[in-house]
Amino acid sequence: MNDLDKHILKIINEELSKNGTAYNIRKDGKSIERNSNDNIKIESKKDKDGINILVKENTINGYVHIPVLITQSGLSDKVYNDFYIGKNSIVTINAGCGIHNDKHKDSSHNGIHRFFIEEGSYVKYIEKHYGEGEGKGKRILDPVTEVHLGKNATLEMDTAQIKGVSSTIRKTKAVLDDGSKLIINEKIMTHESQTAKTIFDVKLNGKSSSAKVTSRSVATENSYQEFVSKVVGNNECFGHVECDAIIKDNAKVLSDPKILAQHIDARLIHEATIGKIAGEQLIKLMTLGLSKKKAEETIINGFLK
Amino acid sequence: MIELVNISYEIDNKKILDNINIKFDSNFTVITGPNGSGKSTLAKIIMGIIKPTSGKVLYNGEDITNYSIDKRARSGISFSFQQPVKFKGLTVFDLIKLSSNDELDFNSSCDILSKVGLCAREYINREIDDSLSGGELKRIEIASIFVRNSNVTIFDEPEAGIDLWSFKNLISIFKELREKNNSKTIIISHQERIISIADKVIILENGKVKDDKDYLLNELNLKKCPKLGGDVNE
Ligand SMILES: Nc1ncnc2c1ncn2[C@@H]1O[C@H](COP(=O)(O)OP(=O)(O)OP(=O)(O)O)[C@@H](O)[C@H]1O
Ligand SMILES: [Mg+2]
Repeated sequence: MNDLDKHILKIINEELSKNGTAYNIRKDGKSIERNSNDNIKIESKKDKDGINILVKENTINGYVHIPVLITQSGLSDKVYNDFYIGKNSIVTINAGCGIHNDKHKDSSHNGIHRFFIEEGSYVKYIEKHYGEGEGKGKRILDPVTEVHLGKNATLEMDTAQIKGVSSTIRKTKAVLDDGSKLIINEKIMTHESQTAKTIFDVKLNGKSSSAKVTSRSVATENSYQEFVSKVVGNNECFGHVECDAIIKDNAKVLSDPKILAQHIDARLIHEATIGKIAGEQLIKLMTLGLSKKKAEETIINGFLK
Repeated sequence: MIELVNISYEIDNKKILDNINIKFDSNFTVITGPNGSGKSTLAKIIMGIIKPTSGKVLYNGEDITNYSIDKRARSGISFSFQQPVKFKGLTVFDLIKLSSNDELDFNSSCDILSKVGLCAREYINREIDDSLSGGELKRIEIASIFVRNSNVTIFDEPEAGIDLWSFKNLISIFKELREKNNSKTIIISHQERIISIADKVIILENGKVKDDKDYLLNELNLKKCPKLGGDVNE
């Protein structure tokens, strides 16, 4: 790994400590470093490009890091990663992707992640997406996430894309069994003429299953964002989708939520807000001595924290 | 010291403030008067949130009428809102830290919360959003303004929504402020306990200053206030 790799790694995956942790570092379409341990095994897929991450049942405080670095302009990388989480485990997964593109050709990464989370397990999934570089070449990230939550299992997913990604289409699908829980916190900020689209498709099939999807986004300059979600309640369940967008300059945001209840005891809520930074918030921070610009930054940083 | 010279404010052809002249030369001035009389408007004109239609705002003799809000804040004027502003994502600690110019650390921020009767541990990391009650928001607002140690501090109805027990703490904070040298406090209030510790009371009615002690004595039932010539009981 060179200094550039380390720099990007730090931005997307700050806590990577290699001491005994299970990890896989992928750079420019290849796995360059890998480690498995007693509880967590990482192996290459035989039929296609990608890895299987196998977590033994009853693994407590397991950590997995699977950062992806793209530094080669013009590279189009596609990878299939499957997570098999055994019963009654507690696991944190850190997956980030950083693209550095200084040239004029487009670089892209397309990660297809599938989660099979067995009964009673808790998984925290953290994903940071980041792009940088002066070139005209686009930096494209199109992740697909598919989640299968077993009985009483929980997935908490924190995703953030704050800077430098020219275009993203993010698809997340989840199917929930009895008593399982899905919590998603998404943060997106777009600049220039970037575009970002997120699509959530959640099926609450299990009794007492619940999903809470929170999306906070800031669209600035000429960027465009789309938020699409569909939550279906097929049992006694609870679903709450909240998407909150701040727009600036000439940015555009489309929010397209759907909730479908197909069971008498399904309770589904959707809240969507789009608007510029509230004038009173700016005024309040200015009365504390912040310039208008600093006040704006403070409000946005807090919102996306 | 703040001085208002011939301040008028009109909106939609309605006169909200009509030729106001006030020198805030006392340490502790209370502005009172009926709802809609223009008190908050007056405070916002001092802070620069509203520009007057005519007239001047002087600060230590300097004309600051065209200064921006943040410039006034940096030169030592503070304002505690009648209705505190909510934020998504900013915590109580963030606000207190910003408000104190990054000078207060975690522990001193906790101390100031205790001063307004909030259990610091429970509140310091809360977001300043709809999940806080009206009284909690109000006390956080007051605490965050108190830490600014400004030359001029304006509180707009600090007592609103605050329970009796916390109100006692509040009075002691204001008494502390009153004793401070080189700091002037202006409080908009309807509360007799606050009015009774004032060095000077200004009554606003229909956008005009009303110089009428009887009003205070009768309308606000402040017979016990020594400053106004009532019975001494303190
Ligand atoms: N933007 C506006 N447009 C029209 N009228 C306004 C506007 N802002 C204030 N007013 C009016 O100006 C008057 C004074 O308002 P202000 O908020 O200063 O009153 P106040 O004395 O602080 O009242 P309160 O005791 O209820 O807080 C009110 O009648 C109010 O309706
Ligand atoms: Mg008012």
